[in-house]
Amino acid sequence: MKSGARLGLMLLLAPLLLWLILLILIPHVDMFLVSLRERVGVGEYRISLANYLTFFQEPLYLWTFLRTAVMSILATLITLLIAFPVSYFIAKIARGRSRSALFLLCLVPFWVSELVRTFGWMILLRETGIISNLLQWAGLVSGPVEMLYNDAAIMVGLVYTSMLFMVVPLVTTLESLPDEVIEAGYDLGGTNTSVMREIVIPHAAPGIVSGSIVVFMLSLGNYLTPTMLGGKDSLWFTELIYSQFIVRFNWELGAAFGFMLLLLSSLIVWGMLRLTGQTLERTMG
Amino acid sequence: MIPSIPQPRALRAAYVAYVAVFFILLALPLVVVAAFAFNDSQFPSLPWEGFTWGWFFGSERPMIGAFHERGILRAIGTSAFVAVGVSVLAVAVGLSNAFLFNRYRFRGQGILYIFMLLPLVVPGIVLGISILVFSSRVANGLWDMAQWDVEALRPGLTLVILGQFSFIATIATLVIAARLQKFDRSLEEAAMNLGAGRLVAVRTVTLPYLTPALIGAFVVAFLMSFENFNTTLMLVGSDAPLTIAMFDRLKEGSTPLLNAVSLLLMLGSSLLALVMIAFQRK
Repeated sequence: MKSGARLGLMLLLAPLLLWLILLILIPHVDMFLVSLRERVGVGEYRISLANYLTFFQEPLYLWTFLRTAVMSILATLITLLIAFPVSYFIAKIARGRSRSALFLLCLVPFWVSELVRTFGWMILLRETGIISNLLQWAGLVSGPVEMLYNDAAIMVGLVYTSMLFMVVPLVTTLESLPDEVIEAGYDLGGTNTSVMREIVIPHAAPGIVSGSIVVFMLSLGNYLTPTMLGGKDSLWFTELIYSQFIVRFNWELGAAFGFMLLLLSSLIVWGMLRLTGQTLERTMG
Repeated sequence: MIPSIPQPRALRAAYVAYVAVFFILLALPLVVVAAFAFNDSQFPSLPWEGFTWGWFFGSERPMIGAFHERGILRAIGTSAFVAVGVSVLAVAVGLSNAFLFNRYRFRGQGILYIFMLLPLVVPGIVLGISILVFSSRVANGLWDMAQWDVEALRPGLTLVILGQFSFIATIATLVIAARLQKFDRSLEEAAMNLGAGRLVAVRTVTLPYLTPALIGAFVVAFLMSFENFNTTLMLVGSDAPLTIAMFDRLKEGSTPLLNAVSLLLMLGSSLLALVMIAFQRK
C-alpha cells in the first residue's frame, strides 16, 4: 500500500511538474537570458546589460513604461470606487431573487470577448458614434465630437473590461459579513461613514486586495483596449513589446521589455499583499 | 447602510439610481453592438438605414453575411479547435492537480501550490513571449543538431494551445479542487469497505460527485480560450483564431459584419453559460 501511494503521488505530480517547468519556469528563465544577450555580429552574441541600458536611456521606452504603470493604478482605483457601492448593494441591500439576478447581470458582459466590448465602446464614442449624435441632437454641440483615441477613452475601456474581476470578489467577501455586525455598529452609535470605515471596509479587505490585483494585472498587460481606443500619443507598454517582437524582430530588446513588465507587476502584487498582510493562497486560491 | 436601519429617502433614492446607471452603462456597449448588426448600411454607425438580416445571411457583395464569409467561418473553426484542445488538457491536468493537493501531503507542497497560482499574476503577453522564445530556441537547437524541423514549435496552433493552457490550467485546478474539498471521504471508504479497490471507488463515487465541477471547468476553460487575445497574439501563426481575425478586420475599419459575428458570439457564450448553470444546479 505504501509503495502504491508513492506511485500515485508520482503519477499525479508528473503533469503538474511538466506544466510548471516546461511552460512557466524554463520559458521565463530563457526569456531573461535572451534579454541579457547583445548582438555583436551575425549569429554572435555576448552577455551584457545593453538591452536594459537602452530601456533606461531611451525616454520613449521609460516614459511609456511609467505611463502604463500609473494609468493601470488609476484604472484599478476607479474600478474599485465604482464597483464597491454596486457590490455592497448586491451583497447587502438586494434580497433573494433580485440579488442573484443582479449578480448574474454583472457577469453577462464578460461572457463575450474583450474585443466585442471594446468594439461597443468604439461605436459609442467615435465621431460618427451614438454619443456624438446624441449630443448634436440635444443641441449641446454644433458638430460631431471625437471622443475616441485619447487617454480618457482608454480609461473607460479598461475600467469596463475589468469591472467583473472587482465585483465578484467584493460581493463574495461582503456577503460573508453578517447583517447583525453592521446593525451592532449602528446600535453602538456609529454613523454611515464610521460603520463603513471601521466595519465594512476592514471586513472586505481580502476582496479589495484580490480584486485590485487582478484588475491591475489585466490593465497592465492589456493590449487590445489601448490599441483600439487610444490615439497616437497614448502608447501602451505592451504595444512596445509587440512591436519589438513581431514588427522589428528584435527579440533581445523585446525580452528585456517583457521582463521589466513582469518585474513591475510582480513588485506591485507583492507590495499589495505585504501592505495588507494577505497571502497569494488566500486571495487567489 | 442596511435595510433594517432606516435611511433618509433621498439617500436611498440616490443609491438606487447609481446602481441603475451602473447596470445601464454595463449593458450599453453590448446592446449597441447587437443593434447595429441589423443596420442596412456599410458602417456600424448612425444614421439608421433600416432593418436587415443581410449581415447574417447575405451572400453577395457588398453585403456578405457572417454565415457566408469564409474567413470568419474558418476562424470560428480554428478557435473552437483550440478551445477544445485547451479545455481537455486543462481539465485533465486540473483533475490530477486537485487530487494531488487534496489527497497527499509532501514536502514542498505549499511552495508548489503558490507556484501553481503564479500563472494568474503573470501578464498574458509575457506568458506568450516567454513560450515563443523558449520554443524557438528548442526548435533552432533541434535543427542545428539533427536538421530536424519541428513545425509544432514554430508559431502556430500547437503553441497557441500550450500558451493558453499554461494559465487556464490554474483556473481549472481551482474550480475542481474547490469541489473536491467539499467531498465527504467517508463515502469513498464506504465503497472500499464494500469491496471496491481504491481506483474503482474513485471512479464510481468521487468522479460522479466531481462531474459538475468538471463540466464547469471545461466550459470556463473553453470560454477563456475562445476569448483569449494577449497570449494568442504572440504565438499565432498563419491560422488565426476568431479574436485575432476580428482584430485584424477591426483595424482596417469595421462593417456591420463584425457586429453580426459579435452577436453570434454573445448568443453562443450565453448558451454555454446557461448549460453550465443547469449542470451546477443538479
